[in-house]
Amino acid sequence: MRKILILFAHPALEKSRVNVRLIEGVEAITGITFHDLYERYPEMDIDVKAEQNLLKEHDIVVFQYPFFLFGIPALLKEWMDLVLVHGWAFGRNGNALKGKWICHVVTTGGSKASYSKGGYNRFTMKELLAPLEQAAHLCGMRYLPPFVIHGTNVMRPDVIKEHVGQYRTMLKLLADQTFDPVGLCSQENLNDQFRRR
Amino acid sequence: MDSGGFFFQAFVYLTAAVVSVPVAKKLGLGSVLGYLIAGITIGPFVLGLVGSEGQSVMQFAEFGIIMMLFLIGLELQPSMIWKLKGSILGMGGAQVTATALLLMAIALFFGLQWQTALALGLVLALSSTAIVLQTLHEKGLMQTDGGQNSFSVLLFQDIAIIPILAILPLLATAQASSSSIHGDDGHAGGSTWIEGLPLWGQTTAVLGVVAGIILAGKYLINPSFRLIAKTRLRELFTAAALLLVISITILMGKVGLSPALGTFIAGVVLAQSEYRHELETNIEPFKGLLLGLFFISVGASIDFDVIAANPALILQMVAALLLLKFFVLAGIGRIFGMSFDNILLFALALAEGGEFAFVLFSFGLNNGVFEASLVNPLIAVVALSMAMTPLLVLLNEKLVQPRFGTMEKEKKSPDTIDLDRKSSVIIAGFGMVGSTVGRFMQANDEEATYLDTDPDNVDLLRKMGFQVFYGDASRTDLLQAAGAAEAELLVIAVGNAEKALEIAGTARKYFPHLEIIARTSDWEESYEMIGMGVKNVYLDTLDVALRMGGDALGRLGHRRYHVSRAMKTFRRYEERHLHELAEIRHDKKELMRATKLRIEDLEQLMLKEKEGLHKDKDLGWDASGHIADDGHMRS
Repeated sequence: MRKILILFAHPALEKSRVNVRLIEGVEAITGITFHDLYERYPEMDIDVKAEQNLLKEHDIVVFQYPFFLFGIPALLKEWMDLVLVHGWAFGRNGNALKGKWICHVVTTGGSKASYSKGGYNRFTMKELLAPLEQAAHLCGMRYLPPFVIHGTNVMRPDVIKEHVGQYRTMLKLLADQTFDPVGLCSQENLNDQFRRR
Repeated sequence: MDSGGFFFQAFVYLTAAVVSVPVAKKLGLGSVLGYLIAGITIGPFVLGLVGSEGQSVMQFAEFGIIMMLFLIGLELQPSMIWKLKGSILGMGGAQVTATALLLMAIALFFGLQWQTALALGLVLALSSTAIVLQTLHEKGLMQTDGGQNSFSVLLFQDIAIIPILAILPLLATAQASSSSIHGDDGHAGGSTWIEGLPLWGQTTAVLGVVAGIILAGKYLINPSFRLIAKTRLRELFTAAALLLVISITILMGKVGLSPALGTFIAGVVLAQSEYRHELETNIEPFKGLLLGLFFISVGASIDFDVIAANPALILQMVAALLLLKFFVLAGIGRIFGMSFDNILLFALALAEGGEFAFVLFSFGLNNGVFEASLVNPLIAVVALSMAMTPLLVLLNEKLVQPRFGTMEKEKKSPDTIDLDRKSSVIIAGFGMVGSTVGRFMQANDEEATYLDTDPDNVDLLRKMGFQVFYGDASRTDLLQAAGAAEAELLVIAVGNAEKALEIAGTARKYFPHLEIIARTSDWEESYEMIGMGVKNVYLDTLDVALRMGGDALGRLGHRRYHVSRAMKTFRRYEERHLHELAEIRHDKKELMRATKLRIEDLEQLMLKEKEGLHKDKDLGWDASGHIADDGHMRS
C-alpha cells in the first residue's frame, strides 16, 4: 500500500462547493493523510521540520487546491518556499523526495475548452502548471498529469458527485502497490483515466 | 408543635428522604418514587413515625409546587407561551372536557346524582403537575414532544382549577357543612378580599391583580433586585427571591386565584430579566426540598385502612381511572399527530389523579358536594394512582419502548417550546476582555450566554442588547442554569485571578466535557490554570505587548513582514514555555532557574534567526545554500 499525503490548500473553504465535497471523508480512507494547510497554519507560520517529516513518511504527495488567477494559493506557495529547501529537497545533498510521486488536483471556474490555445485562457493546464512540474523535477519527484475539474462556477450537484467518485477511484488506485502509475504519465490529465474504472 | 417535636419531625422526614432517595435513584426508580416510598415507610401504616399531621405538612409542602411553577415560568419566554397556545387550549381543553364527561357517565351509571358525578369527573380529570414534571425533568424527557405536550395540558389544568372552584359549590346536593370557603387552596388561608363583591367586581379585581403582577415584574422587580444585588449579600438575594414568591402566593390567595398560576405568570414576566439565572439558582433548592416533602406526605397520607377494607374495589378503581385517562390522552395524542413513542409517554404521564384532587375533595366535602363515604376511598385511589405514575413511566422507558417504540431518539424540536435558550458558548466575565470576545463572536454569528457579577455592568450591557445574566460563574448551580451541561465552550474572561481559577475548578469538576478558554493575568495564574488541566491559556498582556513591540520595531525601520513573523515565533515559544514551566511550578527555585534560561534562549534564538545563522528556519528565502553550491545563483 502506498501512503498518500494530501496537501489541501483552500483559503475560503466555507465558500467552496466542489473542493468541500472532494475532501468529504477522505481522511477516513486507510493510507491517506489529509493535511488541511489553511486550518493548520491560519497565520502562515509553517512548522518546517514537521512538514518535512510528514513528507518523508509518504510515497505520493497530492497538492489539492482551487486555481485562482492561474496560480496556487499563497499559503501553498509559502509552504513550497519554506519546506522544499535547498540541501533537503534539492541541491547537492537534497534528495529527501527523490522517487516520490506528485500529483496536482485542481479545480477551475473556467471550462475545459477555455484552457486551450484558441480559448479564453490561451494556455493549457499543462502549460500553466509548468513551474510546478519543474519544481517537482528539481526535487527528483515523478510528476503525474493533473486531475483537473473544470467549470466549477456552474456545476450541477450530480456532476459534482461524478467527479467525487472519480477522485475516490483515483486515490484508491494510486494507493494500490500493485498498480504502476508510470503508464499514466503520458496522459494530458488523470480524469479520463478514471472515468470508467 | 413544641420545638422538640418539630426537630423530631424534621429528623424523621429528612432521614427518610436521605435514605430512600439515593436508594431509589441507585435502583433507577427516580427521586419521586423514592420520596413516595419514604413517605409510605414513615407513615402511620408502616413505621407510624408520622401520623395525622401528614395532611398539614402536605399543605405546607404544596408551596413547593408553587415554586416549581415559578421556575417553569422563568424558563418560558412569553413568545413561547404564545406559540404553545394551540396545544394548551386544544389538548388541555379536550383532555379536561372528555375525561370529565366520561368519568361523569361512569359515575351516573353507578347511580350517583348528576351533580356529584360532574364534580367527580372534573376533580379526577386533573393530573399531578408535581409528579409529572419532576419525573419527566429528571429523565430529561421535558424537551420531547410528549414532555412538552404534557406540560401544555398541565398548564391548562392549572388554569382550569379556577372555574372548577367556582362551579363546585353550585353542584352541592346536601347542605354545606361550612358556609365559608376555608383554605380554598390550602396555601393562602383565610377568606378572600373579593367575596363580598359582585361578579363584575370580582372579575375586575382578578384581572387587576394579574395586570399588577405583570407591571410590577416589568418595572418594579428588576430595579429592586439591582439594589439588592449591589449589597453583594447572597442571602439577601435569596430572601428577596423567596419574598417575591410568598407575596404573590398571599396576593393570589386574597383574590381567590391559584397561587401556582400567579407565580407562573410572575416567572414568565421575569424570564427576560438579567436576574433570571440567579433567581433560579436561589429558589431551586427550596423547591426541591418542599417538593420532596410534598411527595413524602403524599406517600404518608395513603390510607391503607381504607384500602385494606376493600382492596379489590380500590385497585379496580385505580386501574379504571388510569385506563380511562390513558385512552382519552392517547386519543388526543393521535388526533394532534404525535408519534407513537410520544403518545405513550404523554398518556402514561398524565393518567393519574392530581394533588389538587385532595384540595378539591375536601373543598367539595365542606360544601356538601360529596359525602365522606365517597371521598375517602377516592382520595386513596388518587394517591395510589399518583404513586403509580413514576413507576409506569419507568416501565414504559425500560420495557415498553425498547420493544415497541419506534426508537425515536430524544430530538429537540425547535418549533415547539425550547425550555432553555441554549448557546454553545458561555462567557464568564463581561469586562473589557469578555465583552470584546463576545462582540467578536457575535459579529461572526455566534450567540453566547454571558455571566457577570457587577450589577451596574450587567444593566448597562443589557441596555446595549447583550444577553447578560447576573451571577457568579464559579457556582455549579449557576453554570448549570446557564446551560453548561449542553454548552461546548467556556470562556473565562474575568480579571480576578482567584475567581478565574475558582470558575475553572468548578467547570473542570462538574462539567469535564466543557472546553475552557481562559484569560490569565500573570505567569503564576497561568501555571495554576494549566495545572488544573486547562489547555488554552491566554496571558492577557502578551498579544498587546507583542503588537506594541512589533510596531516599535517597524518604526525603527525593521521590515514589517519579518517583524510580523518574529512576533508569531516569539509568541509560540513564549506559550510553549508557559506549558513547560507549569510542570515545575511547585519547585520555586527550579522554576526561577528554568524561566531565566528560557528567556535567554528565546532572545538568542531570535537574534540568530535575524542574522541568518540559524539554519532550519526560513531557509527557502535564504540563498546562501545555493551560493555555496554553485558559487553563484543559477539564472
